[in-house]
Amino acid sequence: MIQVEDLHKSFGDNEVLKGINETIHDGEVVVVIGPSGSGKSTFLRCLNLLETPNKGKVIVDGEQINAPGVDVNKVRQKMGMVFQHFNLFPHLTVMENITLAPTMLGKMTKEEALEKGKSLLTTVGLLEKADAYPSQLSGGQKQRIAIARSLAMEPEIMLFDEPTSALDPEMVGEVLDVMKSLAESGMTMVVVTHEMGFAREVGSRVLFMDDGEILEQAVPEELFGNPKEERTRQFLSKVL
Amino acid sequence: MNSEFAHTFYKCFIKDDRYKLILGGIRITIEVSLLAILLGLVIGFLIALCNLSKKKGLNAIGKVYTDIIRGTPSVTQLMIIYFVIFASIDWPKWIICSIAFGINSGAYVSEIIRAGILSVDKGQTEAGRSLGLNAKQTMWKIIVPQAVTNIFPAMCNEFITLVKETAIVGYVGLVDIQKAGDFIKSATYVAFMPLIGTAVIYFVMIKILTIFLGKLEERMRRSAQR
Repeated sequence: MIQVEDLHKSFGDNEVLKGINETIHDGEVVVVIGPSGSGKSTFLRCLNLLETPNKGKVIVDGEQINAPGVDVNKVRQKMGMVFQHFNLFPHLTVMENITLAPTMLGKMTKEEALEKGKSLLTTVGLLEKADAYPSQLSGGQKQRIAIARSLAMEPEIMLFDEPTSALDPEMVGEVLDVMKSLAESGMTMVVVTHEMGFAREVGSRVLFMDDGEILEQAVPEELFGNPKEERTRQFLSKVL
Repeated sequence: MNSEFAHTFYKCFIKDDRYKLILGGIRITIEVSLLAILLGLVIGFLIALCNLSKKKGLNAIGKVYTDIIRGTPSVTQLMIIYFVIFASIDWPKWIICSIAFGINSGAYVSEIIRAGILSVDKGQTEAGRSLGLNAKQTMWKIIVPQAVTNIFPAMCNEFITLVKETAIVGYVGLVDIQKAGDFIKSATYVAFMPLIGTAVIYFVMIKILTIFLGKLEERMRRSAQR
């Protein structure tokens, strides 16, 4: 469970998050939508402290992770993150990408990590690419590997930062399918995306962010079918 | 004409075993260069870490170091290190010279390394850190291996410059190729032959080094691309 209390984040004079309060429960798939510049990605990146909040609390499983003295690395080991630009390690093979963190951090032996890697690659349908290098993969394949890489650490929570925004349209589906089956397996997920179809179909809750705040939130049917705020309606009319 | 050339050649390089002077010079140039390159890499890496660090004090150290070294002539640095800092320390000349050149090269190497590390996409660091690796693990397993390929050409340049820079060791009385040529010039009153000879020797050495480094780079690129 992630609790966020009065979260503020500024870059210089630019206040990007203006006090976010939110609780994400285990097993929930929370989809964050909103116009660009609304702070969605920053919000997500504050959850695993890739951005340091200026004010407020981020509490994961009861522990405030942005308090001084907390081992951020330990916290991040249970929160996987998938990036818009994949960020696979280009000098390592697909399998090495996946096994690097679990073996280095002593979570698994080399053999265990290889086993885990094989089973994850099977799940994302790319077992035959185990020895390929990232440069030999398509965008969709890269993103599926990136998801597998995060899952190798057996995280409790998965964060997705616009995972399909850098993909060619015909590759979006394969990535969303992987995410969908992950959601069905009960993984707690926070997904920043512009894929309204995914939000509607898979999301257990949708947050609409605008100008550094969560303006409105509801279950998908309600937020898409009957938005309360004018700003939400405007946004939805443009993207749907 | 031809026999005159042969005669001068004989006078400059063969007579009185002068080739031994040259050979000794080549050895000194190679020894000083190799040790200086090594020291330069170590110092350069440490200074680069200082410059990339988030600690203000370390930043300052790196900046002052680079500023001083880049802002003063290498011959001045060499003479200060030899006649002032090592004045009362009885180490072999060539080692003191190597230290001087290593300190000098370190400043340039640090800038090359810093640029190379910064050239690796920020997303790589974020990916590493988000998996739970600490800063050090991310640096060594993810950033450095990628930076090395980017850094290599500039680093080769630095090595080549360094080898040629060592031609000033004569200022502190070490007999390298340049100084050997100079001695021959004084002893024979012939300028052309020893000086052109010196140039040719440097040129051939640098050529060999360039070819070797080129091959190394090619191999690295191949394995990096795969």
